[in-house]
Formats: sequence, structure tokens, C-alpha cells
Amino acid sequence: MSEADDKQQFIPDVEEEEARSTRGKIQLPNADMPIEDEGRFCSARPHVEAPFRGAIEKFLNWARSQSLWVLGFGTGCGAIELRPLMTARFDAYRYGIQGRPTPRQSSVFIIGGYVSLKTLKRIIRSYEQMQNPKFVIGLGSCTINGGMYWDSYNTINRIDNYIPVDVYIAGCMPRPEAILAGFKKLKERIRAGEAEGANEYAEHFDWYKENQKRIVKDWDMPDYNW
Amino acid sequence: METLLSDLESRFGTTEPRQQRADLAFVRCERNRAVDLITHLRDREGYTHLVFFTAVDIIEQGLFRLTYLLHNPELHTDIGVEVDIDREQAEMESIHRLWAQAATYQRELKEMFGIDFPGSPRVDEPFVLESWDDIPPMRREFDTKAYSEHRFVARPGRETHETTEHMKQKLYPEEEA
Repeated sequence: MSEADDKQQFIPDVEEEEARSTRGKIQLPNADMPIEDEGRFCSARPHVEAPFRGAIEKFLNWARSQSLWVLGFGTGCGAIELRPLMTARFDAYRYGIQGRPTPRQSSVFIIGGYVSLKTLKRIIRSYEQMQNPKFVIGLGSCTINGGMYWDSYNTINRIDNYIPVDVYIAGCMPRPEAILAGFKKLKERIRAGEAEGANEYAEHFDWYKENQKRIVKDWDMPDYNW
Repeated sequence: METLLSDLESRFGTTEPRQQRADLAFVRCERNRAVDLITHLRDREGYTHLVFFTAVDIIEQGLFRLTYLLHNPELHTDIGVEVDIDREQAEMESIHRLWAQAATYQRELKEMFGIDFPGSPRVDEPFVLESWDDIPPMRREFDTKAYSEHRFVARPGRETHETTEHMKQKLYPEEEA
């Protein structure tokens, strides 16, 4: 595709976004980005994907709950509990839970404990790159209210201001049994059609972005990336 | 170890020699003679390994106390060199020419305490904190709780009790009345 085609493709979106920004909404893509880089990033906002109706959605939800692929991104000390979870003793493969190396193949993001500002930026990027439907598990007290780092200058206090969370697992740290119980709860929520985090993120996109940008002062990445 | 300490005292005018264990001693040194002393320890006395390099903020006396801990792999002994520098003009000679990895310690000290090491490689680049715009967080006048409350959103519901009163009310409620 030539450069001219690239521009043709993206100009309408930019105009649309400008119109939105006049109503106090976020402009996409980043205004500072050079024109040749625009095509590499998503230029459209996330949108709400309405669930199917009746039995089809039930079947899909059942299928989703049976195959939870976890993003292998250990964001805090809680990641140490995921090793015994995956290996022989607790063997999470029994429940269709397995690790994946990239956000694009994953459906579950485990926030493993405290989140520093530096990590939060990477969490936001990874979360946005995951495909719908996607679920977030907050592992440990730090994700709930800051835990023992509640007054630290460099760790955030609650993760649900920045990305939507489906299930919290309390503890410092939770044992693998607790994590398995959390996965069970997540499966129940998915089957009941309650785990709509991705849609919630799309719906309150501006609120989440505002929160994220309030604390990430050197915002040097696209506002949304798939 | 005692002979070394007295030797250092006569050569470099070190003060307050303290032998904490048979294999661990500390000396205090003037700021402008510290690098000479460390070079001497490394090249002549066999203290070739820099174990750590850190700072303590002594705000009451208006100084930072830098500690260089050196290890002698032949004798299995450690010696710590303490250097007091002024808190207001926090600046120290760099030792990255003696140990290249000291540059990383110095970068961290620059970020966390605001102690400058002119000439040290990449000393002005951020080490852990990205986009930090307040006073360096390990300085003791920095109020981490106030900063956290101001910047991050707390989840409501966390409360703190004065232990004695709380337990008294919980265990013997009728006594209070």
C-alpha cells in the first residue's frame, strides 16, 4: 500500500476524532505522531461489541470459560505464585488455563501484585493489545487498595481506576489454591455473561484515559493501540 | 586489620576507626581525600571488589554520609569508607574509573538523593523513576504519604485505630461507660 493510500485511509478518522474532541473527548491518534507512523497504530477508538443473543452467547461464553489463556507478564511479586500454579502440583492446565507469550494470544491478564508507575504504562499497552473478550484478575492486596505500598510514592493504590477488573483475589500473597478459586469465580462470571471488562473499557474510555494520563506524566505512546 | 587502620590514619588522616567484627571495619574520611584512599585500598591493599556504594541522609546534621564497602577476596575482609558531604551542595567525585559498575550506583544516588557525580556516564538519565518531577524521593524531607495521597486515588474504607483504645473498647466496652 502506498503512502498516499495510507493517508486516504486515515484522514476521515482523524476528522471524526477532531469532531469528537470538540465535545471534550480524546483525540486519536496522538497529535504529536509523525504522519508516517500513523498507520502503525490504531486510529479508531475501541467500541462496544454487543453480545449475541440467547443460546449462541451462552455457548460462546462456555467456550471462553473453558480456554483461559494467561498473558505471561509478571507485573509484581505475585507472579511467583503462578509458577506452582502452572507446574505439576497444582497443574492449572486441567482447567484449560495456560500461559501465552504475547498479549495478542491471551484472554486473561493477571495483575500480580503492586503496580509501579513504570509498570502501569506497560500494563495499559498490553491490555489494549489483547483481543476481545479479555478478562483481568487482580492478584493480591496491592491491586485492591495498595496493600503494604499504600503510601508509596511510586506505586498506584487501586488498579480498577486504570483498567477494568473482573475478579480480585485478596491475600499477600494468595496461595495457588486461592488463585484456582479465583479462576473458578472468573469462569462463573464469564458463563453468567458478567465479565464484560472490554466493553466497559470501551464505554468509559475517556474516563480511563483521563485517570491514566493524570498519573503517567510522560505519556509517550499512542492513546489507544490494538 | 588494626595495622591497616592505623596505617590509613597516618596516610590519609582517617578518623573514627571502628572494628565491628574480625573481618569488618569502618573508617571515616575527608571528602577530598576519599578517592585517593579508595584507590590505595584497591591497588595496594587488595580490596579489589566494590561490594556496594550507598548514602544515608542525616538531615539533622545537614549532610549525606556516603559509604563505600570494599572487599578483599584474599583475606575475606571488608572495609567500609564513610564520607560526609554537604547536603546543600551534594556533589562527590566519581569513582567510575576505578570500577565501571559504580556508574550505576551513582546514577541511582543522583535520582534517589540528588547527589551529583560530575563526569559519571549517563548520570543524568532516569534510573527507575520515569518522569519524576518532585524532590528526590529518598531525601528525608520528602513526604511520601502526602505525595501518594495527592497523586494516587485511595480506595475508601482503610482506617487506622489507636491500638490501646481500640482494644480496650473492643474487649471491655462496659468499662468505658
